[in-house]
Amino acid sequence: MKKIMNIKPTKPLAAFLSLLPFVIIFFVYLTASGERLAENPNDKLLPSFQQIYSAIDRLAFTENKRTGEYLFWQDTSASLYRICIGIGISSLLGLIVGLLTGLIPLARSGLSPLVTFVSLVPPMAILPILFISFGLGELAKVMLIIIGTAPVMMRDMQSHVRQLPAEQLIKAQTLGASTWLVSLRVILPQILPRLLSSMRLSLGAAWLFLIAAEAIAAQEGLGYRIFLVRRYMSMDVIFPYVIWITLLAFLMDYLLRKTSEKAFPWYHSNESGK
Amino acid sequence: MSFITINNVWKSYGDNLVLERLNLEVEQGEFVSMVGASGCGKSTFLNMLLGREQPTKGSIVLDGETLKDEPDADRGIVFQKYSVFPHLTVLQNVMIADEFSKAKVLGWTFGSSKKVIKEKALEFIEAVGLTPAVKKYPHELSGGMQQRLAIAQALMKSPKVLLLDEPFGALDPGIRSDMHELIHDIWQKNKLTIFMVTHDIKEGFELGSRLWVFDKVRNDPQAPNAYGAQVTFDLPLSARANKEDLNKMIEKVSSN
Ligand SMILES: Nc1ncnc2c1ncn2[C@@H]1O[C@H](COP(=O)(O)OP(=O)(O)OP(=O)(O)O)[C@@H](O)[C@H]1O
Ligand SMILES: [Mg+2]
Repeated sequence: MKKIMNIKPTKPLAAFLSLLPFVIIFFVYLTASGERLAENPNDKLLPSFQQIYSAIDRLAFTENKRTGEYLFWQDTSASLYRICIGIGISSLLGLIVGLLTGLIPLARSGLSPLVTFVSLVPPMAILPILFISFGLGELAKVMLIIIGTAPVMMRDMQSHVRQLPAEQLIKAQTLGASTWLVSLRVILPQILPRLLSSMRLSLGAAWLFLIAAEAIAAQEGLGYRIFLVRRYMSMDVIFPYVIWITLLAFLMDYLLRKTSEKAFPWYHSNESGK
Repeated sequence: MSFITINNVWKSYGDNLVLERLNLEVEQGEFVSMVGASGCGKSTFLNMLLGREQPTKGSIVLDGETLKDEPDADRGIVFQKYSVFPHLTVLQNVMIADEFSKAKVLGWTFGSSKKVIKEKALEFIEAVGLTPAVKKYPHELSGGMQQRLAIAQALMKSPKVLLLDEPFGALDPGIRSDMHELIHDIWQKNKLTIFMVTHDIKEGFELGSRLWVFDKVRNDPQAPNAYGAQVTFDLPLSARANKEDLNKMIEKVSSN
């Protein structure tokens, strides 16, 4: 008998093992919900799959009588819009500031302490300030995402620029490159894939800030809906929304990874080699 | 007046005196091999020629002018590793040298000027024997091929001085002798002035037209940092006059 640390599952077994927990959770839920509903048909805590299905149908595939809109998709597009703008601006800031502070000592002296300081401010603590100064509209929510994720990305990018071998920067100079050309042709292409992975890591935080901001002040959005229906204990809405948010997060992560692999083959080749 | 004049150069890091009293002259077209114990300041010396480090005292004059205090296209360099750009193919790695000077704003060239650069780059790639690999990325190349690429890159700018810091240190002995031939040919053809640091004293003898041995003349065991290294042997290699001297020196250097 081999030691257990040396036993590797075959492919089908690995697939079976990875699906197993999901299947178990599914059946545990099914029986628990069935039992509770048998006791009290009005129980809200663990709705049956029919109830969840009809909630999805109601929100996602039935036109709202008054407004002629589909609530679910409206919430989705509002949230996606906010998170994409937020993460987009954050990564742009991260790229520019990180490149400047990473490459140029003068910029580093000027900006690095500030960036470090700002990155330590708990974003949720200044949410009231954002609402007061930017109003309750889109801007405040996007700002929260930016303030929550940009400083981390700036620091991340700065450290990646500084980790590039000094030899490369010197080599570029001996080939006649100016500071601008070193940034443009040597550093920028090499930190772009790292920016994408930094974005992937920031997505979790971005969703957190988005949902927090929507919970407090919004008219639409996935986070807003969850916190709205909480009052009626509508687990049949909350469950699918949570799973949907998770799926969206997964999808964004997947897209970023695939983009990176397509666009920067040289970057991922040394990953797979290890 | 010599091509390169080194006037009483001293270099220290804090109170660690690395090099002292360097007074040397090098003519255009010389190939200087530099050997010495690890940590005695060979790379430091090369870095001063490169403009990456400044002498603490003294001055270096290149072609009648004081050396610029930052790296520029006058001096090419090949390091032991990390000398090529991992995100560019072989062709792009060589082309970038001229794109830097031809496209000062965009950094990329297009159309006919790109074609000219490409042709020139392909010539240099051919010269270092990388033609079959033009489309490959550095991670797809062997260590020797990467060093060839770095050499081709450096040659694109026809630098006045080519600096090599243990360029073949990481290579297999077999590939090394190929590289020796390559660099020897390139040196002769382009009339380059080359400074090469090596740990392999045989390599130093074989390649150079002149050999420098870095060593500390004075040594205080109580304060190992108090004295710096100097060039203790400066030997023209083409003459190869005194065999005995050579052997003595090999012993001395390898005993360090
Ligand atoms: N940037 C630096 N800051 C402080 N000390 C340095 C620096 N660079 C080199 N030194 C010191 O200078 C001395 C010489 O270093 P150098 O790298 O020139 O040696 P070397 O002859 O090239 O050695 P090796 O053969 O191992 O490459 C060493 O004692 C090293 O610690
Ligand atoms: Mg060295």
